[in-house]
Amino acid sequence: MSLPASLSASAAANAAKPRVAGARKAVALISGGLDSMLAAKVILDLGIHVEGINFYTGFCVEGHTQAIRSHERDKPKRNNALWTAEQLGIKLHIIEVIEEYKEIVINPKHGYGHNLNPCLDCKGFMVRKAREWMEKNGFDFIITGEVIGQRPMSQRRDTMPVVARESGAFDRLLRPLCAKLLPPTMPEREGWVDREKLLDFNGRGRKPQMQLAEQYGFKEYAQPAGGCCFLTNEQYSHKLADLWQTRGTKQYELDDIMLLKVGRHLRPRPHFKLIVGRDEGENNFLNGYRRRFIHLTATSHPGPMVLLEGTANDDDLLLAARLTARFGRGREDALVNVSITDREGQTRALEVTPILANEIPAEWYL
Amino acid sequence: MSHSILDARNLLCPMPVIRTQNRIAELQPGDTLEIHATDPGTLHDIPAWCRIHGHEIVTATREDSEIRVTVRVGAAT
Ligand code: SF4
Repeated sequence: MSLPASLSASAAANAAKPRVAGARKAVALISGGLDSMLAAKVILDLGIHVEGINFYTGFCVEGHTQAIRSHERDKPKRNNALWTAEQLGIKLHIIEVIEEYKEIVINPKHGYGHNLNPCLDCKGFMVRKAREWMEKNGFDFIITGEVIGQRPMSQRRDTMPVVARESGAFDRLLRPLCAKLLPPTMPEREGWVDREKLLDFNGRGRKPQMQLAEQYGFKEYAQPAGGCCFLTNEQYSHKLADLWQTRGTKQYELDDIMLLKVGRHLRPRPHFKLIVGRDEGENNFLNGYRRRFIHLTATSHPGPMVLLEGTANDDDLLLAARLTARFGRGREDALVNVSITDREGQTRALEVTPILANEIPAEWYL
Repeated sequence: MSHSILDARNLLCPMPVIRTQNRIAELQPGDTLEIHATDPGTLHDIPAWCRIHGHEIVTATREDSEIRVTVRVGAAT
């Protein structure tokens, strides 16, 4: 239904948030990947007002995380979710959920996937947050880029209703890329969107998505990796599991999970581990944390910033110093001077022999 | 017209953008917000966020590791 121009103008002026009279409003989960971009585009093209929502959990893979590393610094840096929104010409609301998300990672009702990725709980959580946002902002429904069979855990035919139910979104949750394979949702039944214009993508293949991207003229988009966050990464999950195990409790702070993204992590002893910067960018990043850790760095040669997490006696400090020497420019030399600074800021110097590569057991690397 | 400062130094992206977004939600059209940050990504992300939401970038500068971005809040939409 379209209102006469004068009427719709005054209706718009009266509304707290002016909108095209009669247009339905959808909030789209935007991850920065191709699927959520396509899903939003399909719905935009049906004349629906779409705004994006994106959640920052602390585990997200943003373009910038890699940018800590020096050799990535010169590459264009961008936040993929923002970039996607700009391509689509929609607003994007970024919601920080670091605290609330901990419960999902620490205690997922539906368990983990291959690594420490609690995808099903995570999807339910994000759609629930989107539903709360929708209700608060007077939107009508939620869209996601989910495709049946795309992901082994969260995107299966039998888990799709779980997300709809546990999020409380029920049939206000529409998945435009596979809607034709699912029962009609409220936006379809009410005629807000034409079910015929929705899609029937299915399975792990990416071809239909690529074709649709081409049809829309999307030339450049974030390549779909294993998932949208570090929790799907095996090495990262291993480091997180190590952190929980050695602390004896399944807890974390934002700084913990940020540090797991940076440097080489070695655990030579159960009671301490080392975080070794791999390049200037990482050294600068670790340098920002140095006051909270015992930290080591070579003074006679260029070398990395090394943070020691845990407790260390004199033997441990000697070992840490020899490892610090190993990862610096003095690794081939007989002696390297290493300074060790404790949390109180007291520094002492040690002259050490760099540890040999074959003296470092593979299990030390996390 | 107010002018305020947001200290987002030592925060990593996307936190500076999130703080900017939340602060601007409390401001009026025409107000200016000056953001201080250290993550180089903010030089890209804050302007991108502003373009999407119709706010104007007045200045964006970087001196060594100190980044300053000044935003003029656009008309509410
Ligand atoms: S990959 Fe990470 S962000 Fe994506 S659904 Fe799984 S847990 Fe959530």
